[in-house]
Amino acid sequence: MAHDKTPVQKPDRLSVDPWNDLRSLTRARIGLGRSGNAQRSTDVLAFQAAHAQARDAVHAPLDVDAMKAELQGEPCLLVHSRAVDRPTYLRRPDMGRRLSPESLAGLEKGTWDAVFVAADGLSSVAAAEGAVPLYHAMKERLKDWSIAPLVIAEQARVAIGDEIAAAMGASMVVMMIGERPGLSVANSMGVYLTYAPRVGCPDSARNCLSNIHPHGLRTAVAADKLAWLMREARQRKLTGVDLKDDAPESSILDNASPALDKDTQA
Amino acid sequence: MGFHHTLGGERHQFDDLKKLLAAASSQRSGDELAGLAASSDGQRMAARYALADLPLTTFLNTDLVPYEEDEVTRLIVDTHDKQAFAPISHLTVGGFRDWLLSHETDTATLAAVAPGITPEMAAAVSKIMRNQDLMSVARKIRVITKFRNTIGLEGCLATRLQPNHPTDDLKGIAASTLDGLLYGIGDAVIGINPATDSVANGLALLDMLDHARQRYDIPTQTCVLTHVTNTIEIINRGGAVDLVFQSIAGTQKANEGFGVTLGILREAHEAAQALKRGTVGDNLMYFETGQGAALSADAHHGIDQQTVETRAYAVARAFRPLLVNTVVGFIGPEYLYDGKQIIRAGLEDHFCAKLLGVPMGCDACYTNHAEADQDDMDNLMVLLATAGISFLIAVPGADDIMLNYQSLAFHDILTLRDLLKLKPAPEFAAWLEQTGLYDAVRDRMLPLSPAQTRLGQMIA
Repeated sequence: MAHDKTPVQKPDRLSVDPWNDLRSLTRARIGLGRSGNAQRSTDVLAFQAAHAQARDAVHAPLDVDAMKAELQGEPCLLVHSRAVDRPTYLRRPDMGRRLSPESLAGLEKGTWDAVFVAADGLSSVAAAEGAVPLYHAMKERLKDWSIAPLVIAEQARVAIGDEIAAAMGASMVVMMIGERPGLSVANSMGVYLTYAPRVGCPDSARNCLSNIHPHGLRTAVAADKLAWLMREARQRKLTGVDLKDDAPESSILDNASPALDKDTQA
Repeated sequence: MGFHHTLGGERHQFDDLKKLLAAASSQRSGDELAGLAASSDGQRMAARYALADLPLTTFLNTDLVPYEEDEVTRLIVDTHDKQAFAPISHLTVGGFRDWLLSHETDTATLAAVAPGITPEMAAAVSKIMRNQDLMSVARKIRVITKFRNTIGLEGCLATRLQPNHPTDDLKGIAASTLDGLLYGIGDAVIGINPATDSVANGLALLDMLDHARQRYDIPTQTCVLTHVTNTIEIINRGGAVDLVFQSIAGTQKANEGFGVTLGILREAHEAAQALKRGTVGDNLMYFETGQGAALSADAHHGIDQQTVETRAYAVARAFRPLLVNTVVGFIGPEYLYDGKQIIRAGLEDHFCAKLLGVPMGCDACYTNHAEADQDDMDNLMVLLATAGISFLIAVPGADDIMLNYQSLAFHDILTLRDLLKLKPAPEFAAWLEQTGLYDAVRDRMLPLSPAQTRLGQMIA
């Protein structure tokens, strides 16, 4: 082929991809083109690369040092679930919902309005990037609240926050946890708010904000919504389905839904 | 009552039928999570020997969930057809496997016996069948259903076009729908999982889909996969409801977790029937199932996940559905850990459903925290299509950007139809040809851009 004299076709107006305009309507992989029946090499590799990044986001350990550095000396606590490693975590959601005995013994009882927990969940990248900024944004918005030191939880699922809050004597818990990565977004964080948390709390007693990442729900917007929910929760002494049902019709809670989906990382 | 078998000098004891069935299942993470899995490979094989010796009548005399407390059990018991069961009533589970595989047991025989088979019998025999057995028997079974086209004919493979969008943007959904139609996808249904599960949103999405279908006279059905109670309300408000969708499971408690009862399903079925929108038939229910659903709702009653899954097919068949599909790899690695477990489960679900007379399809899929990839989906789609699966689900580039998981790409369906010489549903295939999307001489979909077909106006 080195001696092939066929001139290289230059892109012109006619060869502009007719799908380009349609791609502005959706991030779906539309108009990919075909090699025979199959996808073209570039598309196959792009898909595999996205899958690799999503898997890396699932399996990478939580970068606790980077989070501590971002806290700039603010106190924080490090806890671990009963799931000793990632394979156990993925197979045994029950273990990810409970603290290891050593971690439980290390938590001191106090009196707090709220405790924030930053948890790896299914995307440690999401938690490492998003949790501390949201924690700081919330402390700004809740200046009159007594807020416990940030708890960083490894191999954790949503319900581990219940045990943490109960052990620390917090009235409500905010779980900031990495969501299951997709191919287009591997660093999405979800937030679960639970009032009067206890071990065995049903998921219907939580409120959820999902899709928090730079291209989704922005930290500042999420913080505003979460602050509204927390104030309502404190005043009405509840979270979950009942809080959502009575929320105003405005868009403030359009992204808040009770955490009932079975396919979340809960 | 207990069961036992001695293997290699070791006597294995199983306290009841549930424990025996669970121990006989091939290894999967969901049964390990539930504490029901065999403790060793030896124990698993002892369970299979004991199960193979069990008369099929055992399953008529033993309710895995008590009749008094579970409406799914009552449905299974009350609708069992003793006459249909008569030709196999003398068989053991092992004898049933041999009978299913014999050349004498043909398509007509299997259709006649289906109402006599209970979900637990199907689950039991599947546990002593290899993957190829599950395929060989399923391939002999024909379950044909109709609404605006005919699904399940020999030599056909239908597909669900799944144009999901994270904000339900109508134009974004239309763009994905157009893309799929250009690949000949969408004969089973054009079906959207809504990001917002509300009546108002469901009405808007259905209206858009119905307009597109009517404008281009596409012989297919459309669906918004919203909760059944929303669909009833949408019907009350005059919405364009072709199919009634609902996720279902194998116990009353698990169905309550989904917010449904048989009564609610019956009400929705009757409401949609009254609309009389089907042109070639009146099958209009669409159900999704999947191993792990009952356990995740803490409603499995100590039954292994494959057996309790088959009980969902009894719920499905009571409503003469157009479509049923297992979401096999969607529920997560805590139920099906890797490609091997997902593939096995997909073949089991398809076989058991077809054996009961249910029009089974599959969402061949996986999540990013499972040990699986697109190569596993390639394997699964070829195995299922070889086994005669009714339909498969496809999304643009295999990437569902709303539900964040991977299924099959439109391309994969072209490959599959070509490899195995399978056609879309006949009415839909004729439409593809008339609309100029299909090259009947070369027997392939034409590689058209939106501007080269009037379908391109769908987005304008």
